[in-house]
Amino acid sequence: MDEFLHQVLSGVASGGIYASVALALVMIFQATHHVNFAQGEMAMFSTFIALALIEAGVPYWGAFAITVLLSLILGAAIQRVLLTPMAGSPVLASVGVFIGLLLIFNSIAGWLFGYTLKPFPTPFEGPPVLGGFVTRHDLGSTAVTLAVLGGVYGFFRFTNLGLAMRAAAYNPVSSRLMGIRVGRMLALGWGLAAAIGAIAGMMVAPVVFLDPNMMSGVLLYAFAGALLGGISNPLGAVFGGFAIGVIENLAGAYLVGPELKLTLALAIIVAVLTVRPAGLFGRTVVSRV
Amino acid sequence: MLEMLLRPAPMLRVAGLHAGYGDVEVLHGLDFTVGWGGITALLGANGAGKTTTLRALCGMIRAAGRVQLEGADIAGLATEDIARRGVGHVPDGRGTLMELTVEENLRLGAYTRRRGEEAADLRRVFGYFPRLRQRLRQQAGTLSGGEQQMLAIGRALLLRPKLLLLDEPSFGLAPLVVREIFGIMRRISADDGVSILLVEQNAGLALELADTAFLLETGRIVTAGPAAELRENAAIRRSYLGY
Ligand SMILES: Nc1ncnc2c1ncn2[C@@H]1O[C@H](COP(=O)(O)OP(=O)(O)O)[C@@H](O)[C@H]1O
Ligand SMILES: [Mg+2]
Repeated sequence: MDEFLHQVLSGVASGGIYASVALALVMIFQATHHVNFAQGEMAMFSTFIALALIEAGVPYWGAFAITVLLSLILGAAIQRVLLTPMAGSPVLASVGVFIGLLLIFNSIAGWLFGYTLKPFPTPFEGPPVLGGFVTRHDLGSTAVTLAVLGGVYGFFRFTNLGLAMRAAAYNPVSSRLMGIRVGRMLALGWGLAAAIGAIAGMMVAPVVFLDPNMMSGVLLYAFAGALLGGISNPLGAVFGGFAIGVIENLAGAYLVGPELKLTLALAIIVAVLTVRPAGLFGRTVVSRV
Repeated sequence: MLEMLLRPAPMLRVAGLHAGYGDVEVLHGLDFTVGWGGITALLGANGAGKTTTLRALCGMIRAAGRVQLEGADIAGLATEDIARRGVGHVPDGRGTLMELTVEENLRLGAYTRRRGEEAADLRRVFGYFPRLRQRLRQQAGTLSGGEQQMLAIGRALLLRPKLLLLDEPSFGLAPLVVREIFGIMRRISADDGVSILLVEQNAGLALELADTAFLLETGRIVTAGPAAELRENAAIRRSYLGY
């Protein structure tokens, strides 16, 4: 029983990482109707920036804040420079850009920082807590991801800027007629997604170690979570991310062993999508004509 | 000369407006003006180019020609900048954000306003359309057609426009609802001093409401004048009013 609880709680911790990246994917998807395959590599690159800052002597939380800010700027710049000229181009061209971004970030990171696994510090050190079931890092990183998710939710739900960003994603034409600068909103959305990804990267790196391929597995689980919860529904995607984390951990411990846990997670998703193609919480807009 | 300088520019002056989609030109050089205050109707059959005209005015499609708002050139500006200069546009299909609540739609309408400024305007919108106040928390997509039109007009009013462009507000609505909305348009134009450019296929209705009217046929203005005169025009009666 204790072991079971331990598996669930550490599933929640990795689920928070998947949920954050799933949210970043959904934000971009809602605005562009494309999946940003480079989201994970952007997060990995941000994490390397954080490591470089920490190695240069910047205290952890200072490096954290600077990394989040730089990621926001970098994400917005990518949207402005690379994606804006692509608006209205064929789907395959956009997919090409995303794949290209993925490869660019991966190889620049390898070139700048090398391909060896690097340890990454956690700000949450100390002996396990809650009766020894949960590492301090798992608890701390869960708190951080929950704070991020809550903050993002509040931003989109309660602020006019967040509302305008949602409007720009749903209906750019109408938004322009209301004076909303849609281009800026999209850039800001990319920036926010990159910042969320950066935090997820910094939270997962102490567990899996940092290398240019650190996020490829995370991206897959996050994508699975987004599809499971519904890629059109941010809350659903967040739930899906947590669910995948827990399923993955329990399956790895009790059902199929660590080698097959990814396969099992994906099988569950395929099963869900067969029954509900929009995902568990996929949005269906009520509309009357 | 002096008289020309002193004469104030009209709310909207359009000269030699050409626009279309891709290689197809739909508007072949429109010239018209919309005066200060009052209601100007832009009439024409389905496919005449009415919606295209409004899109061209707001920079939503590529266009050539002159467009001046109160004497200042706005042709070539981005759509959002034209909106910020005081052009409200209730587009073809109403442009409602169906996924959002009525309240969120209204908040978006006031997005460009400074905080606090919009409270009085919101009260005025609820004065025109009391039903919106009862539906604030409802998803906009669940409103009836008439309520959606009210929401669309209310949203555009919150921008506090000088010029309000309305694309077929009567479309798909029951006659009684249309009467209600047209009555309110009259009040809006009288109380708020907004100049309204009303696009309508329903010429009979529009000519009752409007002060001035233009008739568009396949991308050209063929008739223009005071609405009362157009109502008596034999050709218009035959083709558009059916009596
Ligand atoms: N998005 C579009 N793409 C291509 N052609 C269009 C588009 N919208 C309208 N048209 C064409 O432009 C012409 C004028 O259409 P429109 O301005 O919508 O007319 P109206 O509003 O007067 O009914 C029509 O021939 C129509 O087929
Ligand atoms: Mg039309």
